Amino acid sequence: MRRLISFRDFDWVLLGFVLLLSVVSVLEIYSATLHTKFIHFDQKQVMWLLGGLVCMFALSLVNYHLLLDIAHWAYGFCIVALLAVLLVGQRVLGARRWIRLGSIHFQPSEWVKLVLIVAVARYFSHLAGRNLSWGDIFKAMAMVGLPMLLVLKQPDLGTALTYAPILLCGLFLGGISFKKAAILVLAGGLAIVPAWYKVLKPYQKQRLTSFLQPDTDPRGSGYQIRQSLIAVGSGGIWGKGATKGTQTQGDFLPIPYTDFIFAAFGEEHGFVGAALVLLLYFLILMRLIQNAQTAADLPGTLIVMGVVAVLIFQIAVNVGMVIGLMPVTGIPLPLMSYGGSSVLFTFLALGIVMNIRMSRFVN
Amino acid sequence: MAASHHSDEKIPAIKLTAMQYLVALVLVILLSGLWRLQVLGARNYRALAQANRVRKVPILGARGKIFDRDGRLIVDNYPSVTCFLVPEQARDLDADLPLIARGLHLDVEQLQSTLFHFRHQPKYQPIPLKEDITPDELAFIAAHGNELPELETIDEQRRLYPSNGFAAHLIGYVGEVSEEMLDDPRYAFYQPGDVVGRSGIEEAYDPILRGQDGSRDVIVDSHGRELGVLGTEPTVPGTPLKLTIDLDVQEAAEKALGPRSGAIVAIDPRTGEVLAMVSHPTFDPNDFAIRIHRDEWNKLITDPEHPLLNKAIQAQLAPGSTFKIIEAIAGLQEGIAQALTVDCHGGAIFYGRYFKCWISARHQGHGITDISKGIYQSCDVYFYTLAEKLGIEKIAEWAHKFGLGEKTGIDLPNEAAGIMPSEEWKMRNYHQKWFAGETISVGIGQGATAVTPIQLVRAIAGIASGGVLKRPHVVFPDEIPPAYREYFQEQFPGSGDKIVPIDPANWEIVTDAMAQVTTYAGTAGMAHLDGIDFAGKTGTAQTVSNEYKKNIGGGGVKLRDNAWFVGVSPRRNPEIAVVILWENGAEGYLSARLAAQVIEAYVDKQRRMANNLHLPTEKHAASVAAPKSTHAATTPTATQQPIEMAGLWNAAAGSPSLYPGAHEIPYGPGTVLRGARFPLPTTAPATHSTSMLQSKFRRKAAASGSGMR
Repeated sequence: MRRLISFRDFDWVLLGFVLLLSVVSVLEIYSATLHTKFIHFDQKQVMWLLGGLVCMFALSLVNYHLLLDIAHWAYGFCIVALLAVLLVGQRVLGARRWIRLGSIHFQPSEWVKLVLIVAVARYFSHLAGRNLSWGDIFKAMAMVGLPMLLVLKQPDLGTALTYAPILLCGLFLGGISFKKAAILVLAGGLAIVPAWYKVLKPYQKQRLTSFLQPDTDPRGSGYQIRQSLIAVGSGGIWGKGATKGTQTQGDFLPIPYTDFIFAAFGEEHGFVGAALVLLLYFLILMRLIQNAQTAADLPGTLIVMGVVAVLIFQIAVNVGMVIGLMPVTGIPLPLMSYGGSSVLFTFLALGIVMNIRMSRFVN
Repeated sequence: MAASHHSDEKIPAIKLTAMQYLVALVLVILLSGLWRLQVLGARNYRALAQANRVRKVPILGARGKIFDRDGRLIVDNYPSVTCFLVPEQARDLDADLPLIARGLHLDVEQLQSTLFHFRHQPKYQPIPLKEDITPDELAFIAAHGNELPELETIDEQRRLYPSNGFAAHLIGYVGEVSEEMLDDPRYAFYQPGDVVGRSGIEEAYDPILRGQDGSRDVIVDSHGRELGVLGTEPTVPGTPLKLTIDLDVQEAAEKALGPRSGAIVAIDPRTGEVLAMVSHPTFDPNDFAIRIHRDEWNKLITDPEHPLLNKAIQAQLAPGSTFKIIEAIAGLQEGIAQALTVDCHGGAIFYGRYFKCWISARHQGHGITDISKGIYQSCDVYFYTLAEKLGIEKIAEWAHKFGLGEKTGIDLPNEAAGIMPSEEWKMRNYHQKWFAGETISVGIGQGATAVTPIQLVRAIAGIASGGVLKRPHVVFPDEIPPAYREYFQEQFPGSGDKIVPIDPANWEIVTDAMAQVTTYAGTAGMAHLDGIDFAGKTGTAQTVSNEYKKNIGGGGVKLRDNAWFVGVSPRRNPEIAVVILWENGAEGYLSARLAAQVIEAYVDKQRRMANNLHLPTEKHAASVAAPKSTHAATTPTATQQPIEMAGLWNAAAGSPSLYPGAHEIPYGPGTVLRGARFPLPTTAPATHSTSMLQSKFRRKAAASGSGMR
C-alpha cells in the first residue's frame, strides 16, 4: 500500500540542533585553519553540509523498508569495495583507505557503517521475539566482524572500532540473554590478549597506551595528547576567544580541524562552550532515541538505535581522547570534525531516521 | 516482500531507557573530564601553554668600547647580522639550496658541506651559514621569508679593531668561549657560544668590557616561527674602557719597529702607565672577531716569529748590556764601583778563561775605564770585574730588588716572570753548584739571565726615578669600578709598586752616564736628540754562543744578536721610558735610534700641548686636503703632511664610510724637532674633552653598512 509521507512529521527540532552544531563546527574549522595551509576548509565544510542536507532530504523520501530489502546486496557490495581498497586503493600516509573513481576519492569504510546499521537491524528484526541462540549471535558477529577485519587491515583501527557498537547495540536490543552476554564479555576479555600481540601494529599499540602516560615521551607519541590536554585545560572556564587559542593558532595542537577539533573548541570557548556542545549532543541523541521509541516497527527502532550507538561511541572515544581519557584512535567527532565522508554518513543516517519518523503513523 | 519485515514485536521500553541513561552517563563522564581540566587544572595548563609558545631570544649585549688616554677610539663595535639555517623549518631543503646559495653568495657545495658538518645535531638547532652578511643578503632573506622559512638571522654587535695589527697584542681579541673556560668559575657568567675576551685587554678586562645580554620574549608556533613579540629585556652594554695608551706614542712605536721582529714598550715611570706597547710581527684581531679560518690560525701558531706572542710581556731573553745599569747601581750601592777603575785591553782573564770585550772587534780596548765610562762605553771588562767583585748573590739580590725574575704585575694576561740566576736558583733547577765563571757572564747580562721587555724598562726607569718602581698598567686604576679593583689586583700578582732606596750621588752617576750614551762619546751617539734630554743604555745580547756561531759558519740573520735599548727622558725622574727589543737586530745602537723616534714623538706632543699648538680638533680634521696654511701659522715645525690614522681602520671596515670619524682623527705632524728651542714642559698635559671626541666618533648612521669580508 502506498504511504503518505508528510514533511509535517519531519523532525525539524532534531534538524535544528544538528544545524546549530554544524554552524559551531564550521566556525571552529574557520578558526583552526586560519593560519594554516588548510585555510578555507570552513567553506568546503559548508559545501559538504549543503550536500549532506540534500542527501538527507533525498533519503528521507526513500522508504526505509526498501533499504532493509536491499541490505544484503548492499552488504555484499561493501565487502567487495573493502577488498578493492585493499587491492587497488590509494595509499595515503601508509594506509590504503581510499578508492579513486575518476576524480572522486571514495572512502568505503564510512559507508559500510551505514550499511551495517541497516543490515544488523534487518538481521535482528528477523529474529524478533526469540531468545538469541549462540548460532544467531555468532552469525551477527561474523556479519560485523568481516568488514571490521578488512578495515583493520587497511589499517584503520578507528573506523573498524566504530562497527563494534552497531553489533553490541543489535545484540542488546535484539534480546541477548544476560548469561550469554556475560559469557561474551568474559570471552572478549580473554580475546584481547592474542589480539594485542597478533593483530595490532606497534604504532597502534603505542597509541593505545601512550594516553596513560603522555608525559613519558613529550616529543613522541604522547605529544598529541599532551598538546591536546594543554589546549583544553588552558581554555579555562570561558576560553581564550575565537581565533585566539594559542595552542590552536600556534600549530601545537595536532590536526585541530578534524580529530582534535573539540580540543581547539575547548581552548577557545572554555568549559562553558564545551559543555554547551555536549548539551547539544545530549539533545540530539535524546531526540534520536525518542524517534526510536516512536518508530512504527522493530527494524525502524533498531536502525535509529544503531545510529545512536555509532554516534555516542564516536563522541565518547573522540572527546575522551581529547581530554585524555581514551587513547588516540583517529575517530572523528560527528558533526564537528571536518571531512566529507563523516558529514555524509551523519546526514544520510539522519535521512533514514527522518524517514522512519515520518513513517511512524503510516501503516 | 516488504511484509516480511513487518512485525508487531517491540523492543522493551526499559532497554531504550537504559540506552538513554547510558548516553547521559557517557556525556556526564566527559563533562566531568572537562571540569577537571578546564576548571581545576586551568592554571597549570595555562602555564604550560605559555611555556609552549613563548621563547626567549637572546639579544647580545655590546662590549664596551676601548679608548686611548685622550679619549680617542681604538676599538669600536659595529652591527652585524649572522644568517642561520634551521633544518626543521625547511619544506624541501635540497631544493632550496641553489636559491639560498645565490642569495647569500655562497657555493652550493660549500652549503652542502656546512650542512653535512652539522648533520648529527637536532633538526631544530640553527646552523650558522654566514656571518656578517651584507645589507643586500639581509634584504634577500627578508624578501624570501615565505619561500625560505628555514633562514633566520641574529643581530649582534661585533668588535672592530684597528687594521694591520695595530696594538693587536695589547688589545687582544675576542672569540667564542671554550669548553675549558666554561668550567672556570670566573666565566660562570657565560654560556656556550658566547663571545669572550681571549687575549690582551679583552681578556684581562673581560668582566668590565662584557655587556649583559638582553632578551626578547617571542611568541612562536610549534615550528619555532615567530608570531609576535611579548616584550623585551634590554641589553646592558659593557663599560667603555679608557687606556693609559697614548695613540700618538703607540703610532710612533708601531712605525719605529716597523717590519722588524721584536717589541717596544713605553711607560710613564712616574705612574707606571703604559703609553705604548708593540709586539711584531703582529696579526689582525679582526680575523678572530669572526671565526678564524683554520689555515690562518695554523699559520699564526706555526710561524717561527710567534706573531701571537706578546713579546712585550712574554719574551724572556738575555738583557745584554742593558743589565749593566742594574749592576752599576748594585756596585755603587755596595760601595765597590765608586773606586773601581779597570784598564780595558779588549778583554781579560777571569777564573782561567779569557772573556772578550765587545770593543776588541774594532779597537784595542777602552783603556782606563771608570763606572761612568763603563756605562756609556758599555765596557765589558769593567763589568766583568765589577761582577767578580760583587759576586752572584749581590748581583741577584739587587736585580730582584728591581723586579727581575718576577712578574711586574702588569694588568695583562700571561705575563712571563723571566729568570734571574743565583746559586740557589741553579741548585733548585739544575741541582748543580754555581760556577764562578758564570758570574762573569751574568755581569754583562748574558748567561741564564732572561728578562721581559716590560721588566727591563720598569727596572731601568725605576733606577732613573731614584729607585721608585711602579706597577705597569694599561688601564687607569680609577677607570675600574671600585667593586672590581681588588679583583684585578689579585688577578695580576707581581712585584707591584716599590721603592728601592738609592743614594742620590749614585743616582746621579748612573743617570749622567746614561745621558752620555746618546752623545758622541757613548754607544748610541747616532740616536742623539738635540734639545731633548735623552738618556739610555744599549744592549747587544747573544742568542747563541760565539763558538756555536763559528762552528756553523756565521749563522745568518736568525742567529744575529738581539738589539736592546732602554731609553728615558729626561735622565732623572723621567716622564717616559722606552724599551726596544729588536730580535736579531745585531747592534744595540740601532735599537736606540728606534727608541729616539718614540721619545721624540712623545716630547713633541707634550711641547705642542704645553704651548697650545695644534690640538687635535674637528676644525683641523675637516680640512685634510688643504691644511698646510693653517699649520704653518700655528706650528712652525709642521713642514710635513699630517699623518692620518685612517689606515688603521680602513681594511677592517671595507669602506671608510663605516667610520665617519676615523679618517678625521688627526695625528700630529711627525716632524723632527732638531734645533727646536722649546723648554721641556713641566705642566701636566692638557686634557681633551672626552665627550666631544666620543660624540665625534659616534656612528652617524648605525646601519650605514656592515663590514664586508
